[in-house]
Amino acid sequence: MNATTIAGVETPIDTKTVNQSSHTSRYTILDRQRPSLRHVLARWETLLALLLLAVFVAGGVTLEHFLDPYNLLDGTVNFSEKALIALPMALLIICREIDISVAGTLALSSVAMGLAHTAGMPAEALLFVAIGTGLACGWLNGFLVTRFMLPSIVVTIGTIALYRGLASVALGDQAFTNYPQLMADWGQGTFFGVVPRAFVILLGFALLFAVVLHATTAGRRIYAIGNNPDAARFSGIAVDRYRLGLFMLTGAMAGLAAFLLTGRIGSTRPNIATGWELEIITMVILGGVSIAGGAGTIGGVLLAVLTMGAVTYGLALANVPGIYMTIVVGVLLLATIALSRLLRGKPTRH
Amino acid sequence: MIKPADWFRQREALLAVMVVVLVLLVGLRAPVFLTTASLANLLTDSTLLVILALTQMLVIVTRGIDLSVASNLALSGMVAAMLASNNPALPLPLVMLAAAGTGLALGLVNGGLIGYLALPPIVVTLGTMSVYRGLVFVISGGAWVSAHQMPANFIGFPLQRLFGLPHLVWIALGVVLAMAFLARHTRFGRDLYAIGNAPQCAAYIGIPTARRLLWTYGLSGMVAGLCGYLWVARYAVAYTEIAYGFEFTVIAACVIGGASIAGGVGSVLGTVLGALFLSVIGNALPVLQVSPFWQSALTGAVILVAVLLNAGGNRKRSRQILPLHGTERNAARSAA
Repeated sequence: MNATTIAGVETPIDTKTVNQSSHTSRYTILDRQRPSLRHVLARWETLLALLLLAVFVAGGVTLEHFLDPYNLLDGTVNFSEKALIALPMALLIICREIDISVAGTLALSSVAMGLAHTAGMPAEALLFVAIGTGLACGWLNGFLVTRFMLPSIVVTIGTIALYRGLASVALGDQAFTNYPQLMADWGQGTFFGVVPRAFVILLGFALLFAVVLHATTAGRRIYAIGNNPDAARFSGIAVDRYRLGLFMLTGAMAGLAAFLLTGRIGSTRPNIATGWELEIITMVILGGVSIAGGAGTIGGVLLAVLTMGAVTYGLALANVPGIYMTIVVGVLLLATIALSRLLRGKPTRH
Repeated sequence: MIKPADWFRQREALLAVMVVVLVLLVGLRAPVFLTTASLANLLTDSTLLVILALTQMLVIVTRGIDLSVASNLALSGMVAAMLASNNPALPLPLVMLAAAGTGLALGLVNGGLIGYLALPPIVVTLGTMSVYRGLVFVISGGAWVSAHQMPANFIGFPLQRLFGLPHLVWIALGVVLAMAFLARHTRFGRDLYAIGNAPQCAAYIGIPTARRLLWTYGLSGMVAGLCGYLWVARYAVAYTEIAYGFEFTVIAACVIGGASIAGGVGSVLGTVLGALFLSVIGNALPVLQVSPFWQSALTGAVILVAVLLNAGGNRKRSRQILPLHGTERNAARSAA
């Protein structure tokens, strides 16, 4: 594979022909590619980091309060909850699956918390209610996909309507409010008075996901499944168990995001998190995760999240209506994938 | 000859029976549902979904997906509404042409990126979906175009009757016949099935995949543009969020109608029935005095049941959901 392809950089095994005299075997199989400047520069993450830097430079030059650290940290609330769901979504997409239903799961988890709170459950238990609801939603997705071998995009288009529908049935034309103070503390509170807790949670989970994906057997297996599910199955990986597990993980993280989001806005309304599914998927793809599976890094996803967050924050400071952000994100997404395809040249016959 | 038993094993027949049974069941509970006026209303309500689902079906047949239809509809509808309200003297056919033209241009953008750059359809249309939706806000400045700003004939056209049926129904009928002809009897249509079934083989036998994809998405866009005018005129209002989330309903109609997201499978009749099925559910709930909040949940359940039923026959092939991976895909598309 060409070194400039996104997929090529992440190819786990790289065979190199070496001098026959120094080895008994004709080939040595390296565990990872040898680091070289060319490879580092050609990485998607490098491009994203440069883009992020450019956004910061542009923002810092043109906007007076852009580089104010309090503002910057406050700006992270825009994306922390979405990014928390983007992390497991990245694993799912690397695994060649996708979950459109995350926003529906989030809405249903939030409604479940509202019901539990109304029923008099203590504040601490609400977190487990949210995560439990998310797990159940994720399990249903994963069960349908693995047990009946259905395409995940179709299943989750169905379940987003189902979950959001159940949420609006339970809500009716009401809204749940008066959530306990504990939730507000986590949803909108800060550590040391400046760092939003949600952002710290995000960074913690990003680190955890990065370690799992890039430094454990489970992570390597996820890449293996994404690159070739059949070969992965033949080599003894419990492919369906991984798939089911990742769907449940995505559901659980959506539940956690529901806890934080509900705590931040202090209420559950029927339109909670509408359209988030596509924003989250955009974050993941912009982060260099291949929609065809098998390639992508958590670092890339986090950089994409920060870039999108910085652009949103900059536009908000410049008093640009939020909807312009959707144009910027869409153009960014199209430009990046088109550019990377053009740089690699037209697909050639193999 | 096809035996009756085989005929009933076909998805379309099963679906048709299910639609009829559903209508009768609702009629049993609420006889008012079976009146001519109510059924005519149902037919009129289903037209936009039918039209959009048909072109979406062609896109899905090529192993693609067009998530941008609803945004395209909103943008083209806004163009038509602003054009008509600023120039009341402009003849209506020109306004419709402008809407369809806008839609076509937007669709060709998708098609060009997907066909000639060989980018994954789900990513491209996800991107253009945001861009088109944002552009509605840009051109309108976030303002609404409401009924009193639009000329009377602009609003009146979709529901005006010709031989007893609204124009909407005639247009939908025309689109159904055109698509049936396109899918079954033209080279273009057959090529789409070939591309969806075996992209590599399609390339080897000389099907111009890139050009076919360009015009398939173009067609989807053009129809979305036309529906944009119809939608805005029918509901007599244009604003940034019209048809928000409608792309999922359109895709659901295709899936219920038996189109396989893995490509190569899909029929015009099935898609029409799938769209009708969803419309029946939508129209039956108020009649049955069920809370409208149930609609989304029921739609979701129906989609899941439909894909579970569809999965029986083609277990093996429905496995592949996202674009073919890496080398295989490049090889498939390069010979185009």
